[in-house]
Amino acid sequence: MAVRVRIPTPLRQLTNGARLIEVGGADLAQAIDELDRQFPGIRARIVDEQGEVLRFVNIFVNERDIRFLGGLRTPLADGAEVSIVPAMAGG
Amino acid sequence: MGATALACRECGRRYALDPIFVCEACFGPLEVQYDHGDLRGEALRTRILSGPASIWRYQDFLPVQRVPEWDLAPGYTPLLRAERLGRTLGLNNLYLKNDTRNPTWSFKDRVVACALAAVRTFDFTVVSCASTGNLANAVAAHAAKAGLRAVVFIPTGLERAKVVATSAYRPTLVEVEGTYDDVNRLCLEIGEEHRWAIANVNLRPYYSEGAKTLAFEVAEQLGWRAPDRVVVPVASGNMFVKIQKGFEEFQRLGVIPPHTVRMTAAQAEGCGPIATAYHAETDTVVPVIPSTVAKSLAIGNPADGPYVLDIARRTGGAVEAASDEETVDAIQLLAETEGLFTEPAGGVTIGVLRKLALAGAIGPEETVVAYITGIGLKALEAVESRLAEPVRIKPTLASFEERVLQLATA
Repeated sequence: MAVRVRIPTPLRQLTNGARLIEVGGADLAQAIDELDRQFPGIRARIVDEQGEVLRFVNIFVNERDIRFLGGLRTPLADGAEVSIVPAMAGG
Repeated sequence: MGATALACRECGRRYALDPIFVCEACFGPLEVQYDHGDLRGEALRTRILSGPASIWRYQDFLPVQRVPEWDLAPGYTPLLRAERLGRTLGLNNLYLKNDTRNPTWSFKDRVVACALAAVRTFDFTVVSCASTGNLANAVAAHAAKAGLRAVVFIPTGLERAKVVATSAYRPTLVEVEGTYDDVNRLCLEIGEEHRWAIANVNLRPYYSEGAKTLAFEVAEQLGWRAPDRVVVPVASGNMFVKIQKGFEEFQRLGVIPPHTVRMTAAQAEGCGPIATAYHAETDTVVPVIPSTVAKSLAIGNPADGPYVLDIARRTGGAVEAASDEETVDAIQLLAETEGLFTEPAGGVTIGVLRKLALAGAIGPEETVVAYITGIGLKALEAVESRLAEPVRIKPTLASFEERVLQLATA
């Protein structure tokens, strides 16, 4: 499954400035692993050692918060869009 | 100006005073750092007293400079002694901070004034925001005063008056098909892709400092002292955190004597993830999909949630929620006892105050300040159906005597 991952500014230093990366993966965890293979070290900036998403990181799959989907087990269909965004909310 | 740098609240890493809001190392929120030099206590109070009757009297504590030709003079709103409401609730020293008395009738004028001053510093020409209504209204108005283009993003389903009032200043008003949380995410993504000044996103560190003035003013208006307790409505939790920061800053710099303020957060039951975590005695705030009459508090994923929990717990405050029913009852209670007409966020605040007071959780002699952050006039839908229709009579004494006379003596 080819999915597109939006990379937030703080992580672009790890992706050589690229803001949109294509990876494969049947679910989000696999996509992150694939991202880490392409750009070593990026996984540690998104999930902790226990495999939980870091507190100040929000991840959306096709505009939906993964906490309302399957978390890191959220399945990814071909063409899905994954957005990694700093957790900042409120007016 | 005392602002010197930005620093990550989580890992402490420092940055220059740029239009950035998130730590590159750990994604934590960035906060403005200050250096007040030798200024302390009396010297700072004197400077405040010589300032204008607006948030800008606290210039020493704000990260941006007032722009005179852009200034709508927000803040310095009345602190009202609430005797009748206090008697109803068994509270002998109850006050209301009336932020309906602002240029666009909500506390957002404070934070937007700071955001606009930052826009000036960074030389953006378009200012934007993600809003549940009051913020868009404020951005549109302040941008108009400044001659800046404004593009404001709101979710669907907001109160009509908030939409109309915002439109009056002729911004570009964008209604996004989704909830506030969708709008927020979209604006974060926009900020990542385009060089836009988004008040509550990439200008957030400068924007949010404006809310400290809510604490500064209360301290000044109480005669240079902190109250025993404040009750504050909580959506993202940002205002709550900044109010506590304001009291703490004044104490640290000797402007007021040391005194712990019991920070009490008021959430709507239909969007109360922080209240849920508080009652469950956990640290994790689980996002919800909001469903509440308090649309201005409908942020299902409050990023400052953990900070609110920490502050409420360590100051001996609380996090409590009010149902829609309690909220609307409280809007009416406030109006009937104190002549102040607030929107649901204020209803949530008074509803929680009432709940805690009646449960005996607030000492009768405590100096309590409840923050009334927005005006009822912009959220008529919340109370309309509850209100009595006007009494209709013919223009005759007989009709008056038949239909009205008993009512006046009832």
